[in-house]
Amino acid sequence: MEALIRSFFNFDILAQAWPILLAGFWMTLLLTLAVVPLGFAGGLAVSLLSTARSRVLKSFVIGYVDFFRAFPPLVLLMLVAYGLPFLDIRLGAFGSVALAFFLNTSSYYGEILRAGIESVPRGQLEAARSTGLSALQAMAWVVLPQAVRNVVPDLISNTLEVIKLTSIASVVALPELLHAAREAQALTYNATPIIAAGIIYLVCLWPLVRLLSRFEHRQIALH
Amino acid sequence: MGHFADTFLNWAVMAQYAPKIVEGTWVTIRLALAVVIAGIACGLFLSVLRAFRFRAVNFFIVFAVDVLRALPPLVIIIAFYFALPAVGVRMSAWVSTWLALSLVLMAFSEEIFWAGILAVPRGQWEAARSTGLSFLQTLRDVVLPQAVRLTIPPLTNRTIAITKNTALGAVVAVGEILYQAQSAYSFSYNPSPLLLGAAAYLILFIPVVYFGRWIETRFAWKR
Amino acid sequence: MILDVAALHKAFGHLEVLKGIDLRVNPRELVFVIGPSGAGKSTLLRCCNRLEEPTSGSIKVEGVDILSSGVDINAIRRRIGMVFQSFNLYPHLDALGNVTLALQRVLKKSRSEARDIGAAALQRVGLAEKAQAYPNELSGGQQQRVAIARALALEPAILMFDEPTSALDPELVGSVLNVMRELRESGMTMVVVSHEMRFARSAADRVLFMDHGRILEEGPPQKIFNSPEHQRVREFLVSIER
Repeated sequence: MEALIRSFFNFDILAQAWPILLAGFWMTLLLTLAVVPLGFAGGLAVSLLSTARSRVLKSFVIGYVDFFRAFPPLVLLMLVAYGLPFLDIRLGAFGSVALAFFLNTSSYYGEILRAGIESVPRGQLEAARSTGLSALQAMAWVVLPQAVRNVVPDLISNTLEVIKLTSIASVVALPELLHAAREAQALTYNATPIIAAGIIYLVCLWPLVRLLSRFEHRQIALH
Repeated sequence: MGHFADTFLNWAVMAQYAPKIVEGTWVTIRLALAVVIAGIACGLFLSVLRAFRFRAVNFFIVFAVDVLRALPPLVIIIAFYFALPAVGVRMSAWVSTWLALSLVLMAFSEEIFWAGILAVPRGQWEAARSTGLSFLQTLRDVVLPQAVRLTIPPLTNRTIAITKNTALGAVVAVGEILYQAQSAYSFSYNPSPLLLGAAAYLILFIPVVYFGRWIETRFAWKR
Repeated sequence: MILDVAALHKAFGHLEVLKGIDLRVNPRELVFVIGPSGAGKSTLLRCCNRLEEPTSGSIKVEGVDILSSGVDINAIRRRIGMVFQSFNLYPHLDALGNVTLALQRVLKKSRSEARDIGAAALQRVGLAEKAQAYPNELSGGQQQRVAIARALALEPAILMFDEPTSALDPELVGSVLNVMRELRESGMTMVVVSHEMRFARSAADRVLFMDHGRILEEGPPQKIFNSPEHQRVREFLVSIER
């Protein structure tokens, strides 16, 4: 028991490591605030493209989505972070992470929103067009609001996954929370920072998990 | 263009490291299979246990599942591999990765199975119990077959996402695809192995994604 | 006496649904239960095989007190057949599978024995040729008849019907009532909750009128339908005619 506290809940070590962890937390927050809206916007674009009449465009969208959904995000990140400099494209750690995340999350959000758009009855679009709204207006004011409402659980679920995914940025030395924790552990020879980081993730993400749980039950029940 | 080819499509480098990548592919496959089998089996078991509605047991199940769904998988892997040794629990990198990912899949699949069990109409329980079938018999012969069919789509999606996380094992030096690709990159200072590794992942996972889609269509029965 | 219910009370929280029911059903009797919705008719039936747990009172099936603590409820339920308003057929099994599941698991019959008994039960309800059909391939009336076969196959002492035709399209009701008529003629003991008054007039031995958790009046169909004593019964019958 003693050993447990000394190794995992050591308050002296925690005090030392706290500044590093806090900085890491802010970076994680910054990263989240950057990639989630970006990914969602990208997904929106992808889903709108999927409604295009052109066969070519449709296949491109499906290919894009399937490709990036099959691609492990960490591998994508490494390719972008370590491969692009060889083409003299230097994005820096944050830029590489943002690009890799954009490609990955826009495909997931795109797939979710595409399914959402498909779930809105065709009659809605027809009614809107019949009142003189342009295709874009009908999409923006009539179809999309309903589409988004229909897939809220999936959107929340995916957002949760994206926030958790930010931890892989630690691998390319972006100083987010996990990276900070590992650094602090190396400096102090004590695992408390890792446990502390885990608890911070838990405290921030657990409410989202609970919310998601309630939605999931409703969704499966309405199969 | 020649520069691009030399950098990213350097056949010499790729040929040199291809055997390592293949080796890594087998590791990835073994790891992924081990995670899927352990994760889904345990998740199913927990959901069945939950059906008995023992208050104390359920409290722990829900608690454990929430924690495992809120923590980033990489954090769990790091905690198992770097933090646990402090209290005398030493697991190899492979075991740390396998255990972490299995627990995460267990948590997600438990929630999915449970939602499926809840979604089976009460009338099914009543009809079965009215013919004298016991609680367990009803669960096994009437409820679970129906519940499982409801859960195939979300389950395949989640399983695919988690098996892609085997790439995280590279962070703790498990010899799977990404690790081999990364080492090759470090030794040769050429990013072609990374591309080769990416190709290996795509070759592995694009069929898995399509297999998942096929399973979804096969198990949906008309209601 | 097949079924002996005495002083049965059932409350859901503060809501008392059954306020003291006494009911005795003799072998080969068809007891018909009528009354407005919310009267507790379904609850009464569901208490009899303990799908609902009574708050107080006693229920004896073939002399066995089914509410006592040591009782094997699964064994009891084999003796009580239940047919539901919403059929509740198992969608993942075909008709024969639905009928034979309990035969194999509860009565431990071998596969071939179960299939023979199941086929015979389906024959009895006129659906022998639909043995391989899945519930979603059958009409409502056919599904309900399979449900009856499922209950029959276990050779219960008594069959309970909880509004068996209420969920059916009118033209399908007849097929189910015919099966019930045939069962009655072959001597099955039955308790039926239903709004099918014409069926009650021709087939019931006794009619019970329930309202607000009590049996207000009880007697042969001629008496209840033609000259009931209670005002409430008369009002109900008039409202049904409309």
